[in-house]
Order: sequence, then C-alpha cells, then structure tokens
Amino acid sequence: MNIIVCAKQVIDVSEMKVDPNTKKPILQGVPQKISDIDKNALEEAIKIKEKLGGKITVVTIGPADAKERIKELLAMGADEGVLVPPPEKFDYYVISNLLAGAIKNIGEYDIILCGEASIDMFSGQAGPRLAGLLGIPQITYAQSVNAEKDKVTADRNMGDNAVTTESSYPVLITVTKEINEPRLPSLMQILGAANKPINELSAESLESGLTSKVEMLELKGVSMERKNIVYKNDIDESISKLVDSLAKEGVLR
Amino acid sequence: MVLVYSDDKKITFELLNKGSEIAKELGEKLTAVIIGKIDESLSQEYISYGADDVFVSETDIDTFKAEEYANYFENIIKETKSEIIIIGSNKNGKELASRLAGRLDVGCIIDCTNIYLKDNKLTSERVVYSGNAIAVEQFNSKPAIVTVPSKVFDPLPKDEKRKGEIIKKKFEIEKSASKILKVQEMKSEGVNVEDAEIIVSCGRGFKNKEDIKMIQDLADAIKGRTVGCSRPIAADLKWLSEDHWIGLSGHKVKPKLYIAAGISGQIQHIAGMRDSGIIVAINKDPEALIFKSADYGIVGDLYEVLPKLISAVKEKIG
Ligand SMILES: Cc1cc2nc3c(=O)[nH]c(=O)nc-3n(C[C@H](O)[C@H](O)[C@H](O)COP(=O)(O)OP(=O)(O)OC[C@H]3O[C@@H](n4cnc5c(N)ncnc54)[C@H](O)[C@@H]3O)c2cc1C
Ligand SMILES: Cc1cc2nc3c(=O)[nH]c(=O)nc-3n(C[C@H](O)[C@H](O)[C@H](O)COP(=O)(O)OP(=O)(O)OC[C@H]3O[C@@H](n4cnc5c(N)ncnc54)[C@H](O)[C@@H]3O)c2cc1C
Repeated sequence: MNIIVCAKQVIDVSEMKVDPNTKKPILQGVPQKISDIDKNALEEAIKIKEKLGGKITVVTIGPADAKERIKELLAMGADEGVLVPPPEKFDYYVISNLLAGAIKNIGEYDIILCGEASIDMFSGQAGPRLAGLLGIPQITYAQSVNAEKDKVTADRNMGDNAVTTESSYPVLITVTKEINEPRLPSLMQILGAANKPINELSAESLESGLTSKVEMLELKGVSMERKNIVYKNDIDESISKLVDSLAKEGVLR
Repeated sequence: MVLVYSDDKKITFELLNKGSEIAKELGEKLTAVIIGKIDESLSQEYISYGADDVFVSETDIDTFKAEEYANYFENIIKETKSEIIIIGSNKNGKELASRLAGRLDVGCIIDCTNIYLKDNKLTSERVVYSGNAIAVEQFNSKPAIVTVPSKVFDPLPKDEKRKGEIIKKKFEIEKSASKILKVQEMKSEGVNVEDAEIIVSCGRGFKNKEDIKMIQDLADAIKGRTVGCSRPIAADLKWLSEDHWIGLSGHKVKPKLYIAAGISGQIQHIAGMRDSGIIVAINKDPEALIFKSADYGIVGDLYEVLPKLISAVKEKIG
C-alpha cells in the first residue's frame, strides 16, 4: 500500500497574541507545529501500513523550517518526507496544485490522507480540491477507516447524516480529529528519524508559473474585550454576586 | 450568470438574497440550481425568494456524491457560462465546491461570512486563526466559487408573484468509483443553538452522561432551555447530539447570555461563541483559559456550583 499524507505546518493559534492597539493578530514569533488533524491522518496511515504493509510519504508545502516538523512525522512512523517551499504569493489554488505536483512526482499511490481542515485557516478545501485535480474519488470527514487489500470503507460524519462510503484505490480520504489518538514517538524513533530521507523540491520544478487566483487584501483584527470578573472565594457568596450581576445586565428575566 | 446552490433549501433562500444583489450590480441573471428530479413547487419557491430563473439538472441519482455533483456543476457552468457560483456551506456543499474548484482549477473560498463586489471583483471575508482575525480575500480570476454558511444572510421576503423560467437539462456524467453503503440520519434532539437567546453549555468537566441533567435544569431555570456543549461531549463521548456542538467545527452562536460549565476554553470552542452578549464561566481551575474570554466567572466545582446556582436563579426570577 503506497500511502501519502498531506501535512501542513501551521502557527499554533492557541499561542497567538493580538496587538492591543490595532486588534490585529501578531503573526511573528508564534510557535509552529503540524496541524493537529494532519497527525490524525498520519496515525491512520501508520495503522493501515501495520495492517497491509507498504510505505508512507508525507508531503508538506511550506517554508524550509518545516523540515524540523517533518522530522517529527518521520519519528511517528512515516518513511519519507517531501518538502516544497511555495512561491512568494500563494493561495488555495497554488497549494493544491503543488500538492498534486509533488504527488505525481512520487508516482504510485493508493491512498492520500488529509486532515478535515487545517487548524489555522480551517477551510477544508485542500483535500477534496486535490482529489478533483487528480480525478480520483474522495471520502471526506472519515471517523473510522477500514482499509482492505483492494478497497476501503469509511464511516463519515456529514452533519445531519452518518454516511458509510466504500471506494476502490486510488482514493483521497480526509479524516476528523475523532478517528484516532496520534501516537507519541519513542526516543529510539526520534533518533531513527534522522536517517529517513526528506526530499526537497522546488515549486518551479513541479508546476511552473503558478499564480494565485485569490488575493489576500487584508487581515482584519477582531476584538474580544470581556469584563473578566472572576469570583474565587466563598461559593455561596460568588453565586449570589453572579446572579445579581446577571440581573443587572438584564439577561435574567 | 450568478449561480446559487444548496441541498438545504433554507440556505438557498438566504443565498438568493445576496446573490440577487450581486447579480443586479453586475447586470446579470441570478439562477438557482436544482440537481435531481424536476420539482415545480421548489423551483417556484426559489423564484419567489429572488431567483430570476431555475436550472434543473435532471437526474435519478438521489444520494449525494461530491464526485458526481461536481461533474454536474462542470456541465452547468459550461452551459450557463456562469462566473460566480455561490454554494451553501454545509459539509456536502464544502466538499462539492472544493472538488469543483479542483476540476475547473479555479479560485475558491470556503465559509465566507460576507461576500460583495469591490472594484467589480468578488470579494469575501472569512474567519481565520480560530476567530482571531478576518481575512479579506478577492478573486482576480473567473469563475469564482464561494461557500457561505447558513444564517449569514437573511432571505428576502417571499414574493409569490415573481415569475421566472425553469430550464431543464440532462447531462451524461461520469459515475464515481465510490459507493455509498449506508446513510443514517444522525440522532438529533432538534435544538437550534443558532437562534437561542440563552445557552448553557457543558464540557468534559462533567463526569457522567447523567450529570448533564444539571445543565438542562439550569437552562430551564434561567428560561433559556437551550443546551450547548464542547466538541468532545458531542463528537467523542456522544452524550449529546451534534446539534448542541458549539465551536470552530460546530455551530457558531451569539446568544445574549452564554454559560460555560466545565469547559476549558480552548480557542476552537471560543471561536463558536465569542460573539455572545454576556459570557459566564464555571470551572474548578482558576487558571482555565475560559476565564479570559468571560465577563463573569466562578472558580469552583461544578457539582457544587450548579445545584446552588439553579436554586439562586429560581429564587431570583421565580
Ligand atoms: C491570498 C492568500 C494568501 C495566503 N498567504 C499565506 C501565507 O503567506 N502563509 C500561509 O501560511 N498561508 C497563506 N494563505 C493560506 C494558504 O493558502 C492556505 O493555508 C492553504 O491554501 C491551505 O488552506 P487551508 O489552510 O485552509 O487548509 P485546508 O484546506 O483546511 O487543509 C485541509 C488539509 O489539506 C492538507 N494541506 C493543506 N495545506 C497544506 C500544505 N501547505 N501542505 C501539505 N498539506 C496541506 C492537510 O492535510 C490539511 O489538513 C494564503 C491564502 C490566500 C488566499
Ligand atoms: C481542528 C479542531 C477543531 C475543533 N473544533 C472544536 C469545536 O468546534 N468545539 C469545541 O468545543 N472544541 C473544538 N475542538 C477541541 C478543542 O481544542 C478542545 O479540545 C475542546 O474544546 C475541549 O473541550 P472541553 O473544554 O469540554 O474539555 P477539556 O479541555 O478537557 O476541559 C474540561 C474543563 O473542565 C474543568 N473541570 C473538570 N472537572 C470540573 C469540575 N468538577 N468542576 C468544574 N470544572 C471542572 C477542567 O478544569 C477543564 O478546564 C477542536 C479542535 C481541533 C483541533
């Protein structure tokens, strides 16, 4: 089974600060990590490999420092990494085409796994978009996956409905956070990852002259100012103060 | 032409309002799309809510597969020469729009909380970084595909006198290699958190499913009656149905009062309730993040706080 996992390096949104004057998020100096659900995608890939054998390649479209993040994925159990730095300006179209280019470059594949959505931009576009580009079936929002030799079935959370879908290979699957608990690599695995290859490719070598279809005009801040009155002491007293405050606010009627 | 589509007709009604504004500005027609059997009454409804005409892509296929629906849309867009496609942002709509964007290799923006024309180009706003910012993005290319969630726009008042054409067409499409084995309606308790004025929410601070009754009791006492929850309660533990789920990947709510008990306040939960009027947090951990996003907080064990709070509220408002 040749498995490809698309994993995005994102900023850790929970560590993000907002500039108190402009209300805009401060993007510099925020720690980077692999988007949470992409680790679930890799975990699922490892489980499939444990069952059916094969090889796992992780693909990241990201800056050079994403190499450190790919090493974490190699330690978890991926066999190889591919890193493609995007051109200076990029959008969903450019990213998906680079993913498609990198995957065609890898060659044979049976399953492509993606996250339901990335934790920073959260569009959930890249997976199904990539499936469309490659012209292969897609199984989205998988909460459990059962891969067999010549087909895969998945239970999917589609909001109003729970849908079970089956597909032959190749197929692209996007997974939700609930599908599994990503493993933590052992020290041995972390050391072992140093010997696994990370293939760095240029965007130009995959798809030349990709230009964005969508431009970012502005990143607007959103203010979140709250009173932050916290009652810490005697519970009975806290409750009566809270109820009084809520009545004054006019929300208790 | 401007196309509007959702498999949820309530969302279509909402999108027709904004769609007609954009179509008028461009001097183009607004077309509602139906994929399925010819449905005269639904078509007329779409016209009453603002569509200039309705395009019915006739098919017997009655289960949704993004591969096949995207294929219908490729044909519809070619046939109508449409340059703006607005799709309802439920899960089906998102995977359809994204795949379609891949098939046509065009621009696409998911989950827009506003769309408008700026310098005659389609421009959108969407929430990014878990609610910490709004990205204003603009298409420099056509066709442009966007998805818009429910309740972003209001529908126009229904005008039964409006007339429009119903265009019918059958396309041959490629069958998908995937098979739908089972579709099961998710258990739903029929709550509508999006319209609620008061929401009382529970998180993993609750130890047992039975204990959630305390939240219901508080909701009743406070005359809110609407119960919400964090993702783990609906998605992992399945103690409540998904219509209660609030957050980035769940429902976005803006009640006058939001009470969070036993919820840690991770940014993905906050993303769903940050626009609430007053936010109250109950958590035993004084360092819990939720207090940073709250107007009022009580540090304490919810098993002690909730029963007392329920009595205090009852005493206050009877
Ligand atoms: C005009 C514009 C400018 C932008 N500029 C920047 C910028 O400067 N820096 C920036 O970080 N982002 C930028 N973005 C956002 C960037 O284009 C998106 O992050 C990217 O297209 C993926 O979208 P998403 O994050 O919403 O991922 P989703 O569609 O939510 O991702 C779903 C899944 O697809 C896969 N995936 C997504 N992206 C990647 C990737 N890069 N590598 C591997 N797998 C992936 C993962 O499996 C992920 O779980 C910009 C966007 C626009 C529109
Ligand atoms: C891509 C992505 C999307 C997500 N989308 C969502 C979403 O839409 N909605 C959402 O909610 N989450 C979402 N999450 C998950 C989110 O990150 C958190 O994991 C989740 O919100 C935590 O739920 P919780 O607060 O109920 O549980 P926990 O984080 O476990 O918090 C439980 C809290 O209860 C408190 N507590 C425990 N016992 C007591 C007691 N006896 N009395 C009082 N307090 C007590 C604890 O101090 C703790 O603060 C998403 C995550 C990802 C990665």
